[in-house]
Amino acid sequence: MSAIVQFENVGLRYGLDSETLSDVSFSLHGGGFYFLTGASGAGKTSLLKLLYLAQRPSRGVIRLFGEDVVTLPRNRLPGFRRRIGVVFQDFRLVPHLSAYDNIALPLRVAGMVEAETHASVSEMLNWVGLGDRADARPATLSGGEQQRVAIARAVIARPEILVADEPTGNVDADMARRLLTLFEALNRLGTTIVVATHDLPLIGQVEGAQMMRLDKGRLSDPTGSLRYPPRAQAAVAP
Amino acid sequence: MTGADRRAAAAARHRLLPEGRVAGPMPWVIAIMMFLTVLAAAAGLGLGTAVQSVGAELAGRVTVQIVEANADRREDYSGRAVRLLRKSPDVRTLHPVDPAVLADQIRPWLGEEAVSGDLPIPALIDVELTPGSTQAKVARLRAILATLSPSIRIEPHAAFLQPLGQLLAALGGLAAGIVLLMAVATAAIVVLAARAAHDSHRGTIDVLHLMGATDVQIARLFQRRIGLDALFGGLLGFTVALLVILLLGARLTATGSDLVGAIRLSWIGWLVLAALPLGGVLLATLAARWTVLRSLGRLL
Ligand SMILES: Nc1ncnc2c1ncn2[C@@H]1O[C@H](COP(=O)(O)OP(=O)(O)O)[C@@H](O)[C@H]1O
Ligand SMILES: [Mg+2]
Repeated sequence: MSAIVQFENVGLRYGLDSETLSDVSFSLHGGGFYFLTGASGAGKTSLLKLLYLAQRPSRGVIRLFGEDVVTLPRNRLPGFRRRIGVVFQDFRLVPHLSAYDNIALPLRVAGMVEAETHASVSEMLNWVGLGDRADARPATLSGGEQQRVAIARAVIARPEILVADEPTGNVDADMARRLLTLFEALNRLGTTIVVATHDLPLIGQVEGAQMMRLDKGRLSDPTGSLRYPPRAQAAVAP
Repeated sequence: MTGADRRAAAAARHRLLPEGRVAGPMPWVIAIMMFLTVLAAAAGLGLGTAVQSVGAELAGRVTVQIVEANADRREDYSGRAVRLLRKSPDVRTLHPVDPAVLADQIRPWLGEEAVSGDLPIPALIDVELTPGSTQAKVARLRAILATLSPSIRIEPHAAFLQPLGQLLAALGGLAAGIVLLMAVATAAIVVLAARAAHDSHRGTIDVLHLMGATDVQIARLFQRRIGLDALFGGLLGFTVALLVILLLGARLTATGSDLVGAIRLSWIGWLVLAALPLGGVLLATLAARWTVLRSLGRLL
């Protein structure tokens, strides 16, 4: 069973404070749908930052796609980042770029030709229901629309892992439900999904999803399911 | 990839940094620097040419003066000196200065008496030496002429124009130093501007970085913008400096002085001046690239 993400005794300390994350060990399997929960300040964002290579751990081993990324030379990291899509909690859309250009960013970073980029971005805009807002700047979009742009941007380059930090934090229940449907659709296409949330009822809505819980920087595995392969993975395994 | 596709991709890249100048007042500062740099370089090059032509003119030239009050004896010495000098292997050409011409030249200084013959005017022989050490040749000629009469003096031109040549050379060196200092100051301005631009676009950079953009990809955005800003400033400063140089050149020529007129720009000089704005753009681009790469290197 090959793990797409592996954390072994990972610790993270900001400055001289006590450890924000301690002895975090887990494996995520390709094609799984994972929720990361915990109280505010428990360290969810910190753990995701380690996962999407925005932060180096103070100790421990992190393996992505089978390679130890902690000791990897800096110039090899971009290649790994391109395989991970991120929906930031605050979206981080580029304010002076249109919705279209924001969504196109990962493809352009990867050097895709413009004709293909155009086809992909147009399709993606329609998929998230923003076909008529292609030229709109983020500031002129509603919160929900901005979020959909952020999600479209995170998934446009078909990442192997999609990381979303509290994606339902500032949307109503109906929008949250639709977001999950979107994530499930991506998951069915083979993308491993990792969603940080403190919205517990949300978790029950995704069939087969597994849960990790952070408590003051330490990971617990309340369902015990992390030790077993996810159902999706089991279903597609030969 | 088609040409249209490449253009579209380039346009998309260029949109990543917002429209307008990224570097604040930098282009204007560069314009001022380029203006001063071009002027200093023009002065240095012009003086360099003057030093060379004055030097070449003077190096192998001496004047033989026969300071003899008695006109007959003066003419006699002059004729014998000419014959002696003709035989010397150190002399390439010589020509006795016509007393009438000399009288014309000094009339404004000494008045009509100079021409009347009452006032003794030395006879002069202009001598051009063969190439080689002027000092040794002058010493030999002096020894030969001394056998003729102690009233015959030999005066190398370089001796009395040397301090002027040295002054011109020192000014030229100063100009070169100013050009170098300007280059250093320009690089420093660009580093500050690139740092400021980098800081004010931090959000965009972080997003690109986390999407897997390489440092070089991100640095290129800034180096292009700052290079363009520097091009604008450089061309502006260069154009104004060029106008000033042309006006000054006209004034120099108008003085009618041989020495001042020797301050001239060769075509190589013009090429060097034209290369300055290009050098400025290159310097700005490299400084911006270096600065941004260094800042990015601090990210994971
Ligand atoms: N960049 C940082 N520097 C210092 N402390 C930080 C930083 N980011 C987060 N923290 C601290 O780490 C702890 C966990 O934060 P975070 O990972 O954001 O938790 P969560 O996302 O679960 O709310 C908090 O106490 C927070 O103050
Ligand atoms: Mg958080």
